[in-house]
Amino acid sequence: MIIAERKPIDEIKGFIEGKKKVLLVGCRGCVTVCNAGGTKEVGILASLLRLDAQKDGRELTVDEFTLERQCDPEYIEELLEHVEKKYEAILSMACSVGPQFISRRYPREKVYPSLNTCFIGGALAHGIWAEHCQACGNCVIHNFGGMCPISRCSKSLLNGPCGGSAGGVCEISKEVECIWHLIASKVMEEKRLDDFTPVQPIKDWTSSRDGGPRKIVREELVKEEMVK
Amino acid sequence: MTREIKTNSRLEKVLASGAFGVTGELGPPRHAAAHEVAEKAKHLLGNVDSVNITDNQTAVVRMSSLAAGILAQKEGLEANMQMVCRDRNRIAMQSDLMGAYALGINNILCLSGDHQKFGDHPQSKNVFDIDSINLIQAIKMMRDEGRLLSGQELPPEGRPKLFIGAAYNPFADPEDYRVHRVAKKVAAGVDFLQSQCIYDMDRFRRFMAQAVDMGLTEKAYFLAGVTPLKNLGMARYMKNNVPGITVPDSYIERLKGVPKDKQAEEGMKMACEQIEEFKEMKGVAGVHLMLIEWEHMVPQFVKDAKLLPRPKV
Repeated sequence: MIIAERKPIDEIKGFIEGKKKVLLVGCRGCVTVCNAGGTKEVGILASLLRLDAQKDGRELTVDEFTLERQCDPEYIEELLEHVEKKYEAILSMACSVGPQFISRRYPREKVYPSLNTCFIGGALAHGIWAEHCQACGNCVIHNFGGMCPISRCSKSLLNGPCGGSAGGVCEISKEVECIWHLIASKVMEEKRLDDFTPVQPIKDWTSSRDGGPRKIVREELVKEEMVK
Repeated sequence: MTREIKTNSRLEKVLASGAFGVTGELGPPRHAAAHEVAEKAKHLLGNVDSVNITDNQTAVVRMSSLAAGILAQKEGLEANMQMVCRDRNRIAMQSDLMGAYALGINNILCLSGDHQKFGDHPQSKNVFDIDSINLIQAIKMMRDEGRLLSGQELPPEGRPKLFIGAAYNPFADPEDYRVHRVAKKVAAGVDFLQSQCIYDMDRFRRFMAQAVDMGLTEKAYFLAGVTPLKNLGMARYMKNNVPGITVPDSYIERLKGVPKDKQAEEGMKMACEQIEEFKEMKGVAGVHLMLIEWEHMVPQFVKDAKLLPRPKV
């Protein structure tokens, strides 16, 4: 899933400075699962903003609403009745797709991102998430013992580990595991060194972001009336 | 050992002749004044066969390795231009390789590059379009097959005849895998290899025995990396803070045993003892001397290590 985290409270306060009526919009997708922008987190942020206004004696109305998803126009449409209530700011608590979809559908609204979208990853334990994919568009993890060196090696090496790998950790930080240490250890454990010695070929990045912004069209799923 | 000569590199000729090779290192300045390269070059001239010109090492911005390499060659040295994968994509790399050869560079050292986190621009974006082993392949393809990675052909006179180098680190982890990574570099077509600073001689002996066993030393020249320890503080720092370098306690103890003002001398002495062993070690074709910001000590050091005179080729 997409892992996100809430922006620092001061940055969010800056977004609504001088405004009296704001709407917080949560998302029940990935950001609910990673505890960043679901109904609960919308409630917490709303309370923080209200308390802050109260403390300063400012007038502030914070309304809360959580959509099923913010990456789907069908659900963005559900915001219409709220948008008509004239908010001075809409704070999206989805990944950055959400505020972009809201902005596109309601171009007159001032829409702000309340989360920083961090990476594609998974939960290692409760409260700990780690990056596992860089969306290069051409998955090759089967060549690396089921591990992705593109997203999990600091240098995206296809023929690692580099000389900075020490004690299973990466040279950049003791907090970062050396994925190549794990890959190489697994290969040696499975006694597959001979299969592994050939040099991994140079990667074709055209399917990744380097090939330009990406789009997938599945003809069989496209409904004619939706295509404009 | 005698092997086919592929390039105009002096280093290649020395190594192919069977002589014990010596390479040095020169870090370009953190500014644009050419004289500093010339000053550092003075200490190396006549004392090494070729000198590595580092490419923004530790991710700190310096004069480019190509420019500093050309400046060093003007002083009579032979440059071994380092190229890291951190800052350039395959377009810029192949372009610089052609340019470097056109300007007279004969040796290239292919490296992944230190992560920019360590440097003076940690906010920068990194590239890592290809890795160091892929870079070896790319240069070999340009030189031997006359093709760019795109398949674009190079005319025979337009093929960069570069002596291809890379690094190896027997002290990084996992230990048992290190020789296999070097095997990949050899399979990719590397001609010579220079190691990270060696202090742990036991581990290095084990590594070289494996490399010899696997036939790797028949296919590429292995140079052993030497950095004399300047003092106890440096030894401790290398031991505790530099990823991929191991300093055995025996080194620390030996430095502890001499007064502070004699530690540099003792460090040099230990390095000379290592070099004596490398000269006899099967599979070791030479030494790579990294006297970082200590270039003025090179003349004395190569003399003490009995590495002079350098062969004329």
